[in-house]
Amino acid sequence: MTGGKDGRGEGGRRARGELESEVLAALWAAGGPVTATVVQEQVPDAAYTTLLTILTRLCDKGLVTRQREGRSHVYAPVDDQAGHAAAGMHSLLEEGGDRAAVLARFVSELSVEDEQLLEQLLHGDSSV
Amino acid sequence: MFWPVPMYLPLLVSAVLALGAPWAGRRMPPRAGAWAMVCAAVVAAGTWVTELAILAFTAVGQVPLVAAQGPWSVSVLAAEDPVSRMVAAVCAGVVLALIVSLTVASWRRGRALVDAWRECRHIAAGGDLAVVDDPVPAAFAVLGLPGRVVVSSGMLRLLAGPEQGALLAHERAHLRHRHHLFSLVLHLMAALNPLLRPVERAGAFAVERWADEEAGAAVADRPLVARAIARAALASSRARQAALAATGGPVPQRVQALLAPPVRRRGGVMAAFAVLMAACCVSLAVTAHDRERLFEAAMHAHAVGAQLPTR
Repeated sequence: MTGGKDGRGEGGRRARGELESEVLAALWAAGGPVTATVVQEQVPDAAYTTLLTILTRLCDKGLVTRQREGRSHVYAPVDDQAGHAAAGMHSLLEEGGDRAAVLARFVSELSVEDEQLLEQLLHGDSSV
Repeated sequence: MFWPVPMYLPLLVSAVLALGAPWAGRRMPPRAGAWAMVCAAVVAAGTWVTELAILAFTAVGQVPLVAAQGPWSVSVLAAEDPVSRMVAAVCAGVVLALIVSLTVASWRRGRALVDAWRECRHIAAGGDLAVVDDPVPAAFAVLGLPGRVVVSSGMLRLLAGPEQGALLAHERAHLRHRHHLFSLVLHLMAALNPLLRPVERAGAFAVERWADEEAGAAVADRPLVARAIARAALASSRARQAALAATGGPVPQRVQALLAPPVRRRGGVMAAFAVLMAACCVSLAVTAHDRERLFEAAMHAHAVGAQLPTR
């Protein structure tokens, strides 16, 4: 078991894979076809040319579609699984027990008191 | 009936370690806490099983079939044995039950890990991220070669750009530091000794906090991570009525910890924890040595007894 394997450079240089994930996340979050400029607003620390390279790669992988709209291209994420992936995810999440326990989930269930406490914490933080 | 205290001391010390470890773990920085919980679980469970096996073995050594294989004197063992037959038999039964429990837990967890990997491997991924088109907010990391972060489109639409970065950094920290292995070891040790369940929970919480702090460092903004967690948790709890098994540590405590200054390493807690771990190992070593001496005496008697008739 290794605990100290830390491959990240501290100087802000990120692995290509990580940037690719962030671009894909931004496209999904946008909820509709967007231009590369809009994506760059969400991933500000990537150069525009890098962004175009990544978008092209995502298109080649079949994860993203590109369409011409006026003078520029718009990009949108593709869901080619006909709901299979969503069904699989739900079966993993809803089974409980060991199957749910092996997923390192971002957030767990909340009780009613937890919800109230969280609301307070969110609103107590003025920058929200 | 009088039993010398040192015989049972390791069981007592390992119980104290199991009960005291969560207290210490909560007072350590998350990374140190996660490692401490895993070490405590392994040492406490190891001591508990080894000591039970030692207690059982003297009785096993007196069973004629076994005694015939070993060059030791059964009468010396029986005369010197500080453990009653009854206690030894119970210990042997418990050891067998624990082996079964460990096997079942390993099988279930192993199968669940393979199932999760199989379910997620078909989802197309850009980099290490696989997005599932689904309105229910969900995000988790799946073990694999390489591991994957699976996030629903509902979760991505819910979070602002920088918050998505925090979420990805959190899940990547789980994958990079092999947090699945931490939770696997903690779970198996708790299967060996139910007293370790609070240690398992404390370890799971420390692992989540560890990933939170890594995410905070990656986006250079701890309150941002706190907000991302709070918003994700509130939205997913509203989206789902069905109760799911909670695996991420309690959310409000994680948010509070991120809004508070980082936990400093405290020498006293670390020292107390280290002393407890050492006490556990030493007590086990002392009783193991006692047993060894008893068997040596029995072997010596056997050797002398074997020589007598030939003279």
